[in-house]
Amino acid sequence: MKTEKYTCGQLDHVHRRTLLKGLGLAGISWLTPLAQALAQQDEHSKQQRPKSVILLWMDGGPSQLETFDPQPNHAIAAGTEAISTAAKGVLLAQGMGQLAEEMQDVALVRSVVSKEGDHERAMYNVRTGYRPDPTLVHPSLGAILCHQLPVGATEIPRHISILPGGSPSRGGYLGDEFDAFKTYDPQHGLPDMKARVDDDRQQQRTKDLDILEHTFASNRLAKLEETRTLHMHTIRNAQRMMTSEQLAAFDLSQVPEREKTPFGDTEFGRGCLAAARLTEVGVRCVEVTLSGWDSHVNNHGIHDGLKKVLDPAFAALIRYLRDRDQLRNTLVLCGGEFGRTPHMNPAGGRDHWPHGFSVALAGGNVVGGQAMGGSHADGRKVKFDEGIPIENIHATILDSLGVQANLELQTPIGRPIKLSEGKIITGLMQT
Amino acid sequence: MTGKSMIAMALFLTVSLSGLVLSLSHSEIPSAAAQSSISHSERPVIDQLNQQFRQHYSERELEPARLANSLTVARRLSLGLMGTIPSLEDVRTLESLPEEERIAWWLEQVLQDRRSADYLAERFARSFVGTEDGPFLVYRRRRFVTWLSDQLHANQPYDQIVCSLISDTGLWTDSPAVNFITVTNDVNDDDQPDAERLAARTTRAFLGVRLDCVQCHDDNLDGKWVQQDFHQLAAFFCEAESSLLGIRDKENAEYRYKYLHATDEQLVEPAVPFGADLLDQVRQSQPGNRRQLLAKWVTHQDNQPFARLMVNRIWALLFGRPLVEPIDSVPLNGPFPPGLELLAADFAQHGYDVRRLIRVIALSDVFQRDSQADNASELMEEQWALFPLSRLRPEQVSGSVVQASSLKTIDAESHILVKLIRAGEKNEFIKRYGDAGEDEYTNRPGTIPQRLLMMNGKLVQERTKDDLLFNASTRIARLSKNNQTCVEAAFLTTLTRRPSADELAYFMNRLETSDQSRSQVLEDLFWVLLNSTEFSWNH
Repeated sequence: MKTEKYTCGQLDHVHRRTLLKGLGLAGISWLTPLAQALAQQDEHSKQQRPKSVILLWMDGGPSQLETFDPQPNHAIAAGTEAISTAAKGVLLAQGMGQLAEEMQDVALVRSVVSKEGDHERAMYNVRTGYRPDPTLVHPSLGAILCHQLPVGATEIPRHISILPGGSPSRGGYLGDEFDAFKTYDPQHGLPDMKARVDDDRQQQRTKDLDILEHTFASNRLAKLEETRTLHMHTIRNAQRMMTSEQLAAFDLSQVPEREKTPFGDTEFGRGCLAAARLTEVGVRCVEVTLSGWDSHVNNHGIHDGLKKVLDPAFAALIRYLRDRDQLRNTLVLCGGEFGRTPHMNPAGGRDHWPHGFSVALAGGNVVGGQAMGGSHADGRKVKFDEGIPIENIHATILDSLGVQANLELQTPIGRPIKLSEGKIITGLMQT
Repeated sequence: MTGKSMIAMALFLTVSLSGLVLSLSHSEIPSAAAQSSISHSERPVIDQLNQQFRQHYSERELEPARLANSLTVARRLSLGLMGTIPSLEDVRTLESLPEEERIAWWLEQVLQDRRSADYLAERFARSFVGTEDGPFLVYRRRRFVTWLSDQLHANQPYDQIVCSLISDTGLWTDSPAVNFITVTNDVNDDDQPDAERLAARTTRAFLGVRLDCVQCHDDNLDGKWVQQDFHQLAAFFCEAESSLLGIRDKENAEYRYKYLHATDEQLVEPAVPFGADLLDQVRQSQPGNRRQLLAKWVTHQDNQPFARLMVNRIWALLFGRPLVEPIDSVPLNGPFPPGLELLAADFAQHGYDVRRLIRVIALSDVFQRDSQADNASELMEEQWALFPLSRLRPEQVSGSVVQASSLKTIDAESHILVKLIRAGEKNEFIKRYGDAGEDEYTNRPGTIPQRLLMMNGKLVQERTKDDLLFNASTRIARLSKNNQTCVEAAFLTTLTRRPSADELAYFMNRLETSDQSRSQVLEDLFWVLLNSTEFSWNH
């Protein structure tokens, strides 16, 4: 019989009605402004901290053995070979040749563990650092960063998901305004950002809304718009965004071919380039998804194909940021919801494996050129208490960006909720 | 017939039909039988419900809002039970009836409509099995939801449905209810059902008790639950076994657990956290395996928390806000808000008839209150003296946009091509708008991406642009007799109401003075209507 926890009982006790009521009425986040002030101060005092995070999200769960944690010459490799890298003693799986050259800026964590083996639950777990809890939706990493770090002069969404997969990153209890803004292949521009009619008509349409809003507001709460719906307020913000010059960061049509080519002629590659440009205009967190890793069948074939997309894009992203002196400002994270079983199944596939998988980190304060923790070459599970739980990666990243990881946010009824329950991993970041 | 001529013919037919709808004529007048289909046995409990709320208002010295008009109530019913709005065709039919018969008649139409069972099944499934894909092969969510919809459409008693969920055996494909069990199969461990997750789901989804709060430690917030309560309940599920033959019950299975601060694992015998006498009674009268016992106990007529939670769920679907918040936590011993005990008792006494429960609530004054009043206040809304405003869910918004683009009702009878196009559009829209996940009831303001999607998105553009074959705006523009019918039809199609005098004058003036084509002005009017607060909120 299992003795592991399913939900941490703490959060279940939060009185949801009060909490949500607070949210509904405030319309904006209700959590301690002190945290924001502190973070702001911190940002000014320590210029060395990274300012943004780019998450390369490997949707479906990539095999650690065919990417960041090869085990050449062992049965579990099932023929996958390894290549040496710019970091002495650190191997990558074959097919990761371009990233291998950048390994001095990349750290690998190879013993990540979680307790979730279902895609949706595991995605939630890896994105938020918490296991799914029916009473509360936790914010994802990007949402926390947007909530905790100052807005600055950014007019466009600060939390963006390019090519989102099935489970989008959410603001959770911080509010829907912290949800990731979803965009698709940058080649097609930003969705829904252009009015469908000319300026005059659009202005007239907006003006015509007034009379309807007037009818709706009559005989209702005195401050319906301000305290409840924020409808026109949101429309105006949306219109401000539509005309922002910062949107150009997403427009790759003006980018010279020589800058685009290294990323690869794929939507994921273009997404990585757009992500780098977006962080330059102050976007806090960009998630770029590469889907298709769920290799229950034909594991090697699937991974060979996807590595041809991932390898150039990841490597080009590091080089692009380094060339612009932005690598210190930008933390790049690459991983999926879990890894894959060491032993192949009869269909030549590998199944879900949360018992020791890999996450790669680059840029920011990351101490590159190292591989932390290890999985077992004989295919044994990494026991939970000897691995690095996913929440520790969260805590470490938050800390690295100057956000106090174990900060307890006070709800209106005084219940504490920690940003992360994880522990900071020593040696992963420069301090 | 060539492709071109077929399109021409289709165009001719649809346009002719639209003309009929627009010109107020209708071929199908509801029969008197349909109108009087409301059972008289519901009247007394509706009267009592009204009385309880009248007393509730008077104790608080609140003057409740008046009753809303029938179109407003019809819109609420369509949104709450089908996730869409009434079509212009529906409105015309409704208006052909005497005002006092309209709501009851419309309610019956909705309850009999397959769209209603489908919508409710999806909403309930979120509480029963969540939204996750679940374990590969052994969990079929789509199959589960279809089964649930079939049960609801046949108005199967709710206790029978829940009994199946808790205790059915068989394959996930042949006995779809077992997906309730297999969704918890632990793919990381032994591929077996997870008794702890099942216990948590059962108490939350069917009893409104958050027993999983004490899964890891005793209640430290003034509650009386202890860890044993949770694990004793989980022990009912330890016999459930998953194999290639599906879910079955393995005799003599044991549940063992190591409690916090204990040194060793210990054997845990099944027991219920409350109502132990009732369990004994069930054990004696209807012996069975552990899951069967639990199912009989959960759904027993004397187990009031079971009925109360369903009342709370149906209430939340209809009002956009549960009677007791949060939705899955109803106090065992009260205090209870007005209506809850009455409705729960009526539900249990009438064989857990879900449609009856919906009728009783929907035909009561509290559901039919207006959301506007001279003296409107937060307090009135909180105390149900004013119908609460709630933001529509993504599927309600997409359903409404799609319906608003058509003059005729889009339902199971619609052309397959129309349904397919609409389904594709809706899915894409919901993905972008942001699915609200499990059964969430929040009153948060909308987001910027939602506004962008409504202002500039493809669905709204496609469904409002100049397109005689597919779009209501164009048809209204071409076929209306005059500007007044034009504006009125646009309002009825999107907001299920007529324009106010000011609105009518304003938009007629736009039609008369604009240098754009009539279709363009109508396209703009539709855009404005769909982008209003009124369209995105239930009221």
